[in-house]
Formats: sequence, structure tokens, C-alpha cells
Amino acid sequence: MFKIVAARTVEALIALLLMSIVIFFLSRLTGDPVALLLGDGATEADKIKLTRDLGLDQPIVIQYLTFLGKALTGDFGRSVAAGNQPALQLIMARLPASLSLAGVALAFTMVVGILFGVMAAVRHNSAVDIAARLIALVGQSVPSFWLGIVLMYVFAVQLGWLPTSGYGRWEHYVLPAATLGLFTLAAITRLVRSSMLEALGSEYIKLARVKGLSESVVIWKHALANSLIPVVTFMGTFFAVMITGAVIVETVFSWPGIGRLAYESILARDFPVVQAVVLVITSLFIIANLLVDILYVVIDPRMRSRG
Amino acid sequence: MTTPTDPPLLDIRNLSVRLGEGAASPALIENINLRIRAGETVGLVGESGSGKTTLGMSLMRLLPPLLDRGLSGQIHYDGDDIVQMDRAELTRLRGGEISMILQDPMASLNPIFTIGNQLKEGLRLHATASGSLEDRAIAALESVRIPSPEARLQNHPHQMSGGMRQRVVGAISLTRAPRLLVADEPTTSLDVTIQYQFLELLKDLQKRAGMAMLFITHDFGVVAKMCDRVAVMYAGQIVEEGPVREIFRRPRHWYTRALLDSVPTLDQALDRLPTIPGSPPSVANRPQGCRFHPRCANAQAKCMQMPPMAELAPAHDVRCWFPLQEQRGAA
Ligand SMILES: Nc1ncnc2c1ncn2[C@@H]1O[C@H](COP(=O)(O)OP(=O)(O)O)[C@@H](O)[C@H]1O
Ligand code: SF4
Ligand SMILES: [Mg+2]
Repeated sequence: MFKIVAARTVEALIALLLMSIVIFFLSRLTGDPVALLLGDGATEADKIKLTRDLGLDQPIVIQYLTFLGKALTGDFGRSVAAGNQPALQLIMARLPASLSLAGVALAFTMVVGILFGVMAAVRHNSAVDIAARLIALVGQSVPSFWLGIVLMYVFAVQLGWLPTSGYGRWEHYVLPAATLGLFTLAAITRLVRSSMLEALGSEYIKLARVKGLSESVVIWKHALANSLIPVVTFMGTFFAVMITGAVIVETVFSWPGIGRLAYESILARDFPVVQAVVLVITSLFIIANLLVDILYVVIDPRMRSRG
Repeated sequence: MTTPTDPPLLDIRNLSVRLGEGAASPALIENINLRIRAGETVGLVGESGSGKTTLGMSLMRLLPPLLDRGLSGQIHYDGDDIVQMDRAELTRLRGGEISMILQDPMASLNPIFTIGNQLKEGLRLHATASGSLEDRAIAALESVRIPSPEARLQNHPHQMSGGMRQRVVGAISLTRAPRLLVADEPTTSLDVTIQYQFLELLKDLQKRAGMAMLFITHDFGVVAKMCDRVAVMYAGQIVEEGPVREIFRRPRHWYTRALLDSVPTLDQALDRLPTIPGSPPSVANRPQGCRFHPRCANAQAKCMQMPPMAELAPAHDVRCWFPLQEQRGAA
């Protein structure tokens, strides 16, 4: 077990390193940072000075190592648009809003998706099952910007039950979390439903019934424990969907998170901030996947004894 | 000891399992009549696909929902009809009164939980037993001769060999000292030595507990070793039923004899074994009349009608218009 965890950690570190290289070179390809920073009215002398200040006259490998060294100490450069603030500071101010929204959305989709998937499998072909299949279909095909606008129009504008935007109280979470979570809810429902159906037809479920266990133990212990393994393996993907979805959902609902920060900085051509947001998001993604891999090893005994 | 006049522990009457409700749906098993007395072992033999597992599973009402809805007839168990039982009654019946060793023992253990966890679940329901749960779990593993049982309780199924898993499944099925055990080909996936050991073990446990057994197999050698009586199934029906020794010596149904002739004996080389020509029909394509007639060496015009089950000798019933007369081997 320890061996597997160590191997996964090393893999994650390598992934982080590769990612930093890709982002660094991509950012060099997207344009001359000096021209970007100085704007149109700059003189030739200004340009030469800034090139030297930024270290852009150094060989590219040295530039990368400098960038990496700074990034490791938390220095991602400074914002061009927002009063020269350090990019990391901007991100850290926005991170809690994003993480809490994603956390609420994920918790909600896990609980509802698992309940729904189990009920649908247990009452195969009943009304619950049909509803679950419908949700699975709709949730994975509706684009989230459209869903967000529709939800906002119906529940905030027309019915007035919930606020259109804002951040702070629980009411603010409902519509953005529902919008952000619907795709994952659909995916979890579908995953749990199909793996529950498979588990319920398996021999170990027959043996559990032969023993005279109650139906609730058979379903919620024996069948569900096995059906959750595929859900865990897909958690990394769900997290990625939530992070990328956050850019759209946060923009639609004016949610003060890093998704909207990314959107704003792209509009403002605030280059260092965009780069830093991308770095932070991909790091989160790699770390989340590492945690999922470890969790997977912890819950599946067949994996555990392999390491 | 029980005598033949005691009321049977299990009395199956006109039991059918159809693919859905309504008498027109194709039947997996049809009009089964079978009795099992306390302490008795009845063998159920027949080629694969004849409906043995379906019959065994219906006794515990463990058929898939579609087939369970297609269940008709009666299964009298100790005065109650299992076919009429509701979910609560079935939960009480399963494990404690009737238990089963499933056909695929390798897949019968839940991969997620330890052996100890899965054993104790059943033990907890066994109200009359005394001693700590841990001690009883260890004793259960000892009874099926698992070495170092304390350590094994912590194991997950994939950490054990096939033979050991088989015995663990046996221990789990027997934890609550059931009065009737359905054993569905419990040894087919095991190699010969382990198979022999497991059968010895089952016999031993049965003798100690006075348990009745429905022993499903397609191996006549196993029948000879384990059973008092045997029922032969073909295409969803019982075609012959009687005491084991009589059926071996003097089979009356043509299918039974063909099955017996395909069992290797010591003086027969394996490559010269006669097999029954043709293959059993699928549920949807069962022929008119005697189900065996397309493969029977003696089929005649009358065989296009369904022969009734008739008692030819005491406790020896046959479903055939032209039962065999001569003893086997007498030629
Ligand atoms: N769930 C099911 N639905 C439809 N047919 C089935 C189902 N289960 C088994 N059968 C069919 O019923 C017949 C009897 O199967 P089974 O009881 O498993 O026979 P055996 O145990 O003697 O090999 C087979 O032809 C099989 O294909
Ligand atoms: S009834 Fe006819 S076809 Fe069927 S076993 Fe007897 S002789 Fe053969
Ligand atoms: Mg079978």
C-alpha cells in the first residue's frame, strides 16, 4: 500500500513539473510580454530596460528555471490591471469562494446522485428509474451557461425565491451549486445505477440473501460498497468538470471565485494573472487526482494488498 | 432416525417457473413434485440447462424478479408454503431454516469485506448460539478445517485459494445450522482431491446436524457417494426419481440410462465413452410430447404425447411410455 501511494505521489510531482514547463513555454508563444506590459506608446529604451528587468535577455532555460524558482516560493508575478498586486494574492483572495462552491456542489451531487442511483437500480424500470435515466440524459447534454441562465430566470427573476447573484449566505449557493453540479449529478446517478444493477445480479448478493440478511443490509452495505468504487475512480474527472465549469458558472452568477478571476483577467489581458490562475487550477487538479488515487487504494482491498 | 411415514420436511407440489406470469409463458421448470425428509439427501442430476439451479433457487425465493413473478405451485416447508411467503417471512426462512451453497463459490464472497466480517453477519442472526462472536467465527472456520482461523478472519477473499474460499462459503452457508441445505454443484470448480475432501466434510457436518440436503450435480459419481435418493431432470421436468441404488442398477428412463452410460467406469477408457447424441433443447424450443424424444433411441409415435409420471416400483417414478426393463450391464 505504501509503495503504491509513494509511486502515485512521484507521478503527481512529475506531472506538476511537466505542466509548469508547458505553461511557461505556452505563455512565451502567446506574445511578447514586453509589448504587452508596456502598451503602444513605449520608447525603444523603455523596452530594452524592461527586457533586462524581466530577465528576457537570458537563455530560455535560465528563464524557465528562474520562473520555476519564483513559482515555488509563491511568486507568480504581478497583476498588470489590478494595481500591480501580486497575482498569488489576487488568487488567494478568490480561492475560498470557489472551493466552497465546488465543495457544496460536490457534496450535494454525491448524496443525491448515490441515493438516486441506488433507488433506480433497486426499483428497476419503475418511475424512480425513469426519472433517474431522464436526469442522467438531460444533465449530461445541457450546457451549463444555458442552465444557469434558465435557473436564474425562473427561480430568481420570475419566482423571486432566490437571489440572482451575490456571495455570503446559503441562499446564494443554491442556484450556482445546482448549475455547477448537474453534469456530475447526472454522471454519478448513471454510474451508481449501472454498477448497482450489476452488483445486485452478482453471486455475492445471492450469498448475502442466503444468509438471511435484511434487504437494507444487502443493498446499502453489500451492493453499494462495490458500486462506489467506480464513483471514486471518476472523482478526479468530476473535480475537473467542476473546476472548468466554475469559469462559466461564476461568471453567470457573478460569483467572486477564481473562475471569474480567470474570465476577468483574460478580458483585461492581465497576462501574469491568467498564467497564475492556470497554474493554480492545474495544480489543484493534479493534487485532487492524487488524493483520488490514494482513496481508491484505501477502499479497494484488492488494490491495497498489491503494494 | 426418520421413517418414510414421517411428513416430509419439504414437499414441492406442481412447482413451475415461467418467464413471466401467465400459463402461456415458456417454463424453465414445469410441474415439479419432490419431497425431502429430515436428514435425507436427495440428488438432482441432469445436463446443464435442465433447470436444476432454477429449482434450487426457487426453494429460497432467490430467483431474479421476473422469474419469481412466474413462480406457481406450492413449496410446503414445515407446514408453511414458501411460494406465499412475504419478504419478512423469507428473511426469517433464509439462512436459519434453509440455506444454500451457490453454484459459483469463487464469486460468492464480497470482495470488499473481510472473511470475518462476512461470517459474523450470519452468526449475529443466530440467536440461540452462545459464546463471543469472535470465538464462534473461529469455530466456524475450524469446522471446515481452515488452518490458523484467527488470522484468516482478517483476510479478504482474494487472499485465499479457491479451495479455501469454497470452504469459507460452506462455513457461511452453514453458520446458522439450517435444517435444509441446497448444494448447487458445490465442487465442480475444484480439483479432484479438494473436491473429495469437501464432500467428506459436507457429509460429516450433515451427519452431526441431522440436516436434509438437496444435492445438485451432473456427476453420478458424486450422487453415489452422497445421496439416498435421486431425481433426474431433463428440459425442465423430473423424468425419473427413486432410491440411488435402484436407479444405478435398474434405470427405467432412457435418458437416465444414457446419462449413466456416459459416466466413466474403471474398465472404460475415457476416449471411448458414449455420449448422448444431440443437445438439450433451450427453454423456448422444447419439443412436443416426451421432451427427450428427439434424442431417444426408442422414440415411437406415442412419444409425441407427454407421458405421465408413473410409479413403477415402490418410491420409483418414471415419466416414459416404454420404460426400460432390463438391468444395466446385463445387456
Ligand atoms: N434469468 C433467466 N432468464 C431466462 N432464462 C433463464 C434464466 N436463468 C436461466 N435460464 C434458462 O433456464 C434454463 C435452466 O437453467 P438452470 O436452472 O441454470 O439449469 P441448470 O442449473 O440445470 O444448468 C436454461 O436453459 C437457462 O438458459
Ligand atoms: S417416452 Fe418415448 S421418447 Fe420418451 S424416453 Fe420414453 S421411449 Fe424415449
Ligand atoms: Mg446450474
